[in-house]
Amino acid sequence: MDTPISWIKAYVPDLECTPQEYADKMTLSGSNMESVTYLDKNLEKIVVGKIEKIEKHPDADKLIICQVNIGDETIQIVTGAPNVSEGDLVPVVLDGGRVAGGHDGGKNPENGIKIKKGKLRGVESFGMMCSIEELGSSRDMYPEAPEYGIYIFKKDVKPGDDAIEALGLHDAVVEFEITSNRVDCFSMIGMAREAAATFRKEFHPPVVTKTGNDEDVNNYIKVRVEDDELCPRYTARVVKNIKLAPSPEWMQRRLSAMGIRPINNLVDITNYVMEEYGQPMHAYDLDTIANKEIIVRRAKNGDKFTTLDGEERIMDENVLMICDGEKEIGIAGIMGGENSMVTDDIKTLLFEAACFDGTNIRLSSKRIGLRTDASGKFEKGLDPENAMAAMDRACQLIEELGAGEVVGGAVDVYPNPVKQIRLPLEVDKMNALLGTDVSKEQVLKYFKRIELDYDEATNEVIVPSFRQDLHRMADLAEEVARFYGYDNIPVTLPNGESTAGKKPFKMRVEDICRNVAEQNGFCGGMTYSFESPKVFDKLLLPADAKERQAIEISNPLGEDFSIMRTISLNGMLTSLATNLAHRNKNVRLYEFGNIYIPKALPLTELPDERMQMTLGMYGDCDFFNLKGVLEDMLDSLGLGGKSEYIPTSEHPFLHPGRQANVLLDGERVAYIGQVHPEVMDNYNMKGEVYVAVIDMPTLVPKATFDRKYEGVAKFPAMKRDLSMVMKKNIFVGQLEKIFKDKGGKLLESYELFDVYEGDQIEKGYKSVAYSLTFRAKDRTLEDAEVSKIVEDILVELKKLGIELRA
Amino acid sequence: MKERLEAIKKAALEKIEKADAMESLNDIRVSVLGKKGELTQVLKGMKDVAKEERPIVGQMVNDTRAVIEDALEKEMTLLKKKIREEKMKREVIDVTLPGKTHEKGHRHPNQIALEDLERVFIGMGYEVVEGPEVEYDKYNFEMLNIPANHPAKDEQDTFYINKDIVLRTQTSPVQARIMETGKMPIRMIAPGRVFRSDEVDATHSPSFHQVEGLVVDKGITFADLKGTLEQFAKEFFGPDTKVKFRPHHFPFTEPSAEVDVTCFKCGGKGCRMCKGSGWIEILGCGMVHPHVLEMCGIDPEIYSGFAFGIGLERVALLKYEIDDMRLLYENDKRFLSQF
Repeated sequence: MDTPISWIKAYVPDLECTPQEYADKMTLSGSNMESVTYLDKNLEKIVVGKIEKIEKHPDADKLIICQVNIGDETIQIVTGAPNVSEGDLVPVVLDGGRVAGGHDGGKNPENGIKIKKGKLRGVESFGMMCSIEELGSSRDMYPEAPEYGIYIFKKDVKPGDDAIEALGLHDAVVEFEITSNRVDCFSMIGMAREAAATFRKEFHPPVVTKTGNDEDVNNYIKVRVEDDELCPRYTARVVKNIKLAPSPEWMQRRLSAMGIRPINNLVDITNYVMEEYGQPMHAYDLDTIANKEIIVRRAKNGDKFTTLDGEERIMDENVLMICDGEKEIGIAGIMGGENSMVTDDIKTLLFEAACFDGTNIRLSSKRIGLRTDASGKFEKGLDPENAMAAMDRACQLIEELGAGEVVGGAVDVYPNPVKQIRLPLEVDKMNALLGTDVSKEQVLKYFKRIELDYDEATNEVIVPSFRQDLHRMADLAEEVARFYGYDNIPVTLPNGESTAGKKPFKMRVEDICRNVAEQNGFCGGMTYSFESPKVFDKLLLPADAKERQAIEISNPLGEDFSIMRTISLNGMLTSLATNLAHRNKNVRLYEFGNIYIPKALPLTELPDERMQMTLGMYGDCDFFNLKGVLEDMLDSLGLGGKSEYIPTSEHPFLHPGRQANVLLDGERVAYIGQVHPEVMDNYNMKGEVYVAVIDMPTLVPKATFDRKYEGVAKFPAMKRDLSMVMKKNIFVGQLEKIFKDKGGKLLESYELFDVYEGDQIEKGYKSVAYSLTFRAKDRTLEDAEVSKIVEDILVELKKLGIELRA
Repeated sequence: MKERLEAIKKAALEKIEKADAMESLNDIRVSVLGKKGELTQVLKGMKDVAKEERPIVGQMVNDTRAVIEDALEKEMTLLKKKIREEKMKREVIDVTLPGKTHEKGHRHPNQIALEDLERVFIGMGYEVVEGPEVEYDKYNFEMLNIPANHPAKDEQDTFYINKDIVLRTQTSPVQARIMETGKMPIRMIAPGRVFRSDEVDATHSPSFHQVEGLVVDKGITFADLKGTLEQFAKEFFGPDTKVKFRPHHFPFTEPSAEVDVTCFKCGGKGCRMCKGSGWIEILGCGMVHPHVLEMCGIDPEIYSGFAFGIGLERVALLKYEIDDMRLLYENDKRFLSQF
């Protein structure tokens, strides 16, 4: 909402403050300032001058030399402007002054243009006469200004006067962000009321007097509202003998300051009242209205209607229409029809000020794809009481401006007037909510300024109809807080029962995983939760893969963001590809993010949101670097040595010979592998990428921070090295399982120290060497018992065809 | 005898003083004090000494031994020190050579900001909780006083799955879920991902994070809200931070406020970051709307509460002076490794 300060001052004459003070204080009482625009920005040393004499320039055909009276002296100005004559009163910028922009009306420079005396073709010039564009405005706002050339005052000014003052440019427009609950503040009167209350000054809204001749409007027009839910109030008045003319300067200046172009008295009055009262009005040419009746009803599905912008639009049954006895003549609250448009030949005018259901206007305007200033106001849900007030104000202006003859009386279809809201005045409760100690007298003072009356007999606050946002004590408490001042409310801390601050176990586990990943060189990343369904193909998932059962967003930003991810890899691979494209070396990333697994499709209940920790890396690394990170992580979670890596080829996006499921207690908590070369192609990546995905909901319950001291070994260990020969396709995991099974409690640890394939070994075979450490907690082991265990292990190994190396 | 001992002592001490290596000192020790050494020889000759003089001579030998041993010890200590110092002189290194590290990873800036924030509130007795990202319309809107067709639903540009299920547009539904459990008092923060259909640009992302805060108890006041957020701001942004509460409107709080803090770059003087105002808006807050309490089964006549919501990315971008939000989701190592 833009508010020119001059307009606000029209209702709050005692308001004395700079635009910045006005903006700041209004912000603290609830109208948040967005910007302040000074209309006199960069306008310095500009006075009214009277051209006394014009002579030709001796050396230039297109220049003239003017003697200009600027009050206390007469100065010489050379100009190329074609439109001035002797006796004209013009704005003159003096030597050392400043103007806002050039005469072409282009974008104004930040600091304006400095004007200095100088010579033009050898003739001295001591200033410059200004066009309206040079003064930072335009012909849109000052229709009387010439198309090319110097602005010439038509009004009563004298040489030496402040020209900026005379043009009404010593003003600032403050733009406020109005919250959706304060419909009343989308009007100049509403903002002025707030300003008066904020600055504790008197508020003088316009005084509207009775208007109209002795005739009865009911002889001119009948109104029938068929849907009073969508149109709670419809008022109409008639103006005859219309005399179109420009509106007066004060009205033009106020509209210009709001960025509204003055057109003629009729249009300007409707716009003026719309800004002043926040109530859109519509004008119909009464002579175009069939049967002299207005019917407000819903459109029929598929109706075609041409709005006054000449566009044909298709209606549906939820769009409210204004109709006459034969046809539709306007879309209620949105735009009038071409067929009833006011033209320059208008003789008799029908004014409409109505209240339409805000939600319906908003939804209709969206469906039709037409949003206007009027619909923007209506969709906020206007106060029906305001309609008649605005109508009467408009008619008053018609009479004041001599724009026509107002017919007596008004049509007012208002079957269910708004009920007055009364709220109990509960000062103690308000203070208890705010933590303040404001007296009842003070509260009532605040309320009086914003027109909340108090009924002492019933101890009730009477809420005016324009404050549709006040329903209960908390709402009134906010009014108290606003005018008491949020900054005056004390600062305390809650003093109830104390509570223990904590994080859930799950987050503790996540934190540890983050720490381990970072210690191992992984950076935390973040990717989107939604992606393209094409991802499934990129990841080579078969047509029947369960991952393809994904939740679709019904109104996505585009196909690329249209499904909720069911697998976390796409984000990781995309990020790695970005890094690769940027030629970053040795990149390691991890991400915590949910996947969304629907229980059934279409979705009837919330999906299973599963937190995934995804790790990905390329560069100086291989499978076992990543596996080491996983082992590190599990170890930090009290799960060291408990995991099993089961070779698999079930993940189509991974290299079939380089992938494994990671099991804990027989349950899969993660998978790990090298990205499939075809997937690498799909992501435009070269080289090798390794990824691991941990399913946190499976991992978290297994994690434990329960540690018990087991003592340090008191008895010596006994080591046995086993160097074995086996077929290449035997995995060491199989050996380790045997070590664990047969080693029992006495096997303290085992360590792989060599894998060899080559000349010394038969083709298709490899040599693997382990060092086994045995130890008992309570005694020194006998050689014999260790030998027995090793024997047992060898027996089992033999079953796999594994022999000790000769 | 006495003269002989004196001579041995004198000779030994002279040799000791001249010695300039550990070996020579050891030689002296062996030749004087050793099994076959001069002093031992003297002791061996004791049998020739008169019986009554033996204790006196013995004492003299022992004294001589003590003096020589002492001298040896001192010289050895000195020599060791000298040798060590000479060794260290040869061991000078170029301490300006680069340190040896292995490449470490980095927390995402958003996560760092979140953890800083969590730390402050956990210290104030808040529990960190979570709620679903795919949420019922009921929790995301209705229970928060945003009924069907409320303009706020449009304002928030909601992603819909169907008419009943949405991608949550705010972390506020977690408020309703926690209040519904009826366990009092409540002091919680709920961080998490939220979604709005904004096209991606330097300041918008269809997915971002909020941190919701909620306190419900008997006698909670707006003054408590002010005190809590002021304390938070001072701990999070620095002890000199000032806080400004501006009236605002949210459907689920009444009274409501927006909160500005003094610009953490210029300290309130006005700079490019705060667009010259000296203030930066960081969060929205207010007293929980009595109707919201009622809908969650809490009697507003007995309980009151406050709630606040912080945009995490906004705080992180400002705090780390990141000028483009897209960087947070691009995961370029050169960006991530700066935090």
